[in-house]
Amino acid sequence: MNPFSSGTRLRDMIRAIRACKTAAEERAVVRKECAAIRAAISENDQDYRHRNLAKLMFIHMLGYPTHFGQMECLKLIASPGFPEKRIGYLGLMLLLDERQEVLMLVTNSIKQDLSHTNQYIVGLALCALGNICSAEMARDLAPEVERLLQFRDPNIRKKAALCSIRIVKKVPDLAENFINPAAALLKEKHHGVLLTGIQLCTDLCNISTEALEYFRKKCTDGLVKVLKDVANSPYAPEYDVSGITDPFLHIKLLKLLRVLGQGDADASDSMNDILAQVATKTESNKNAGNAILYECVSTIMTIEENGGLRVLAVNILGRFLSSRDNNIRYVALNMLMKAIALDSQAVQRHRATILECVKDSDASIRKRALELVYLLVNESNVKSLTKELIDYLEISDPEFKGDLTAKICSIVEKFSPEKIWYIDQMLKVLPKAGNYVKDEVWHALIVVITNASDLHGYTVRSLYRELQTAGEQETLVRVAVWCIGEYGEMLVGNAGMLNQEDPITVTESDAVDVIETAIKRHSLDLATRAMCLMALLKLSSRFPSCSQRINDTIIHYKESLVLELQQRAIEFNSIIEKHQNIRSALVERMPALDEATYSGRRAGSVPAAVSTSQGAPLNLPNGVAKLTAAPLVDLLDLSSDEVSAPSSSGGDFLQDLLGVDLSPASSQPGGNHAQKSGTDVLLDLLSIGTPLAQSTSTADMLSSGHENKSSPHILDKLGSPSGPPSQDSPPVGSSSMMDLLDGFGPVSSVPENNGPTYPSLLAFESSSLRVTFNFSKQPGNLQTTYVEAQFVNKSPNAYSNFVFQAAVPKFLQLHLDPASSNTLPASGNGSITQKLGLKNSQHGKKSLVMRIRIGYKINDKDVLEEGQVNNFPRDL
Amino acid sequence: MILSRGPKLCNFVEWRGYKVVYKRYASLYFCMCIDQDDNELEVLEIIHHFVEILDRYFGSVCELDLIFNFHKAYYILDEILIAGELQESSKKTVARLIAAQDSLVEQAKEQASTISNMIAQATK
Repeated sequence: MNPFSSGTRLRDMIRAIRACKTAAEERAVVRKECAAIRAAISENDQDYRHRNLAKLMFIHMLGYPTHFGQMECLKLIASPGFPEKRIGYLGLMLLLDERQEVLMLVTNSIKQDLSHTNQYIVGLALCALGNICSAEMARDLAPEVERLLQFRDPNIRKKAALCSIRIVKKVPDLAENFINPAAALLKEKHHGVLLTGIQLCTDLCNISTEALEYFRKKCTDGLVKVLKDVANSPYAPEYDVSGITDPFLHIKLLKLLRVLGQGDADASDSMNDILAQVATKTESNKNAGNAILYECVSTIMTIEENGGLRVLAVNILGRFLSSRDNNIRYVALNMLMKAIALDSQAVQRHRATILECVKDSDASIRKRALELVYLLVNESNVKSLTKELIDYLEISDPEFKGDLTAKICSIVEKFSPEKIWYIDQMLKVLPKAGNYVKDEVWHALIVVITNASDLHGYTVRSLYRELQTAGEQETLVRVAVWCIGEYGEMLVGNAGMLNQEDPITVTESDAVDVIETAIKRHSLDLATRAMCLMALLKLSSRFPSCSQRINDTIIHYKESLVLELQQRAIEFNSIIEKHQNIRSALVERMPALDEATYSGRRAGSVPAAVSTSQGAPLNLPNGVAKLTAAPLVDLLDLSSDEVSAPSSSGGDFLQDLLGVDLSPASSQPGGNHAQKSGTDVLLDLLSIGTPLAQSTSTADMLSSGHENKSSPHILDKLGSPSGPPSQDSPPVGSSSMMDLLDGFGPVSSVPENNGPTYPSLLAFESSSLRVTFNFSKQPGNLQTTYVEAQFVNKSPNAYSNFVFQAAVPKFLQLHLDPASSNTLPASGNGSITQKLGLKNSQHGKKSLVMRIRIGYKINDKDVLEEGQVNNFPRDL
Repeated sequence: MILSRGPKLCNFVEWRGYKVVYKRYASLYFCMCIDQDDNELEVLEIIHHFVEILDRYFGSVCELDLIFNFHKAYYILDEILIAGELQESSKKTVARLIAAQDSLVEQAKEQASTISNMIAQATK
């Protein structure tokens, strides 16, 4: 006995593995075997190599890693004996694939084997090559394979043919070399060689047009004859399958004829007879016959027009469609999809059957049928088809619902004859499958709704009804909440009643109820609840009687742990409480969103290029904007009457917006508002007309470290489509700083003072505070001035929460660094310094001017001081 | 995915842009993955062709035969398909080829055993 024996025989190992009861046991057995095999490999054991490789292959099939055995394959292939080579090649094909570099080492062995005297070994080599060769190997060995195409033994010829297929697929340039030998194969009598030869020709035609031309000219007639022979041949037991002689050959011939006939009228003509014969004479009670018929129909559909044949083909498909065999129906549906392109009338006739297939119990059939129905829809049948589909939606499987919903929505959108029908269908889909409806779909729905002004009342009432019963469907809630917010008064006042509607009484508080239920429901996600808050704000303006109640609800959310809701609540609350004068203007009815731009944008699916710095306080975007940028842009493009300037995208837009009179915002709310309302600060500052430089900077800068968290989140929100969600951007520094204008990027330190020096300036002085500015400039950069501001407390009380803010006119750009601290000790016992950067684009023509505002807390009371600094040195 | 399908459903499943055709024989499923534009019914025939040849070779093949002789099953498969394309539509030819190769293996084994006997004797 060989002392290096690896012990177990193959079948013993297999038995051991199968006897394992748990995965751990199996792993243990496999590990032991692998260890033994590895030991044998390193000892370079000859005798049991093939047994070890067999074991390795079994282990590989179970899924364990076996890369250490790859070299063994090579050694086995290199050994002279037939059994070793056989198992070596098998191992090669199983354990390796063309991406492994080890494969290259085999090339030489294969080359030698291709010229071996033992034809079975040649066969092994061809087989391996045909299954996994890489492009380099293909190139190397192509001449050998080509030679073998004319070998005396037919078995080798057929293997060589299939091997050539892989070669030309990997290296298409070599195709020309194979054309002639392949054509020769078509004249063979041996079925195996004929089969493979035909397949080779088919693939050559697909790869090279030269081959296609050649075969078309020279071989079409020959092929037709072969098909005729085999179709008419008498019973041949060797090739018979359920009564048909060699159906595989039939099918391959039909495939090749298809490729040759496509696009060429002459070739197509020559095939007509035989195609007709096959189509009519083939028995279709067995699968083999059906396979042939299927291929035949496919060929007829692809080659050039012949009315009679086409009719024949469609009839066969119709027969298939009503077959009880699922397989047949499946392939029929598949083929009908191609047939639609050619003769949609014929397919329409089968519409009812296809519709039935959509409801079939078989998932594959359902899928095919749905796609087919989608192709069948046109203006005349859209209503009935949609009705059927929506009815089915209710009872369909969850996995199927998503697909079905998407298709229904798409059909409805493309083919809806009138808006009311569109809205109706969507109103049916949303309660049933709202959770599967994609965002673009319900955005489009809203666009359509806004454009159908006569249907607003109808829409909002219908939505209200649906919401009562199906409040769990996310999308339905979103659309409904938005509509109720917008058209609340129509809901309550029963405005715009259509004839078919039943009257319904909805009081204002009912409407508010509905929204409050929605917002309390925790199963709905953040965006929906945010939209509810928005809707509540709108209603507070439209239903003055409920305003107080709405305000209470909103106040409740000011303590929400969710940042988005909290921010919204705080702002809306301040709008309700303190800004009644602008509130109604703020929440005015949305203008009709422009369908053309919207669908155009959606098709391009490029997020709106408008900078995120929009005059948001003027037009609080509704929740829709949270999800895509597109509606956001629309909102601005068609912004309400507050902005009369023509809209233009980009940073200029804001300038336009701000340049124009900001009627609602410009009313200076007075100096007594608490520091909380960041909106107000923003309004103020913007009213001076500062250009905002980059959009991304607005996103991250605005989360100022106010501990009262009232950073003007509106701009944050606008930042979100393009920049990182503002919720995540950490507060900048510990001090509360409005780094509004990030003109230069962070200026960390004031550069050295080797420019011209300027006297320091007493910028502002009041009874309690003194502000001094020290200037420096960098030589060579005259437009930019660095200011160091110093604040001194003149009062006997210390100030806390000290915030300095500044605003400059359009031609200046301002940058604020964090302040040194935000507590100002009393009576000048210390000071706060803060660095500013000012860039004057009109340097020399206009001098600097600045409005400043300083806020602080003294004895727990908030104080705000404002002033204007006009006395900058002229040449600054 | 396939195991969860019921008995009366069609034998084709769509998967990752390909189609998987399967046929069930007692407790075994034979699956083939094909492109979108291949003829599924033909593939069913190919599967049946393969199974019939296996049957003829092993003589009423059962699952255990395939497990313990997987390498032989692979050899047969290599005679039927290369690179996924059908190679030989005649069962008789395939059987003949496999038989010839098997006999080569037998011959080689016999030779090896006599040689190793001789060596073992000589080195004892």
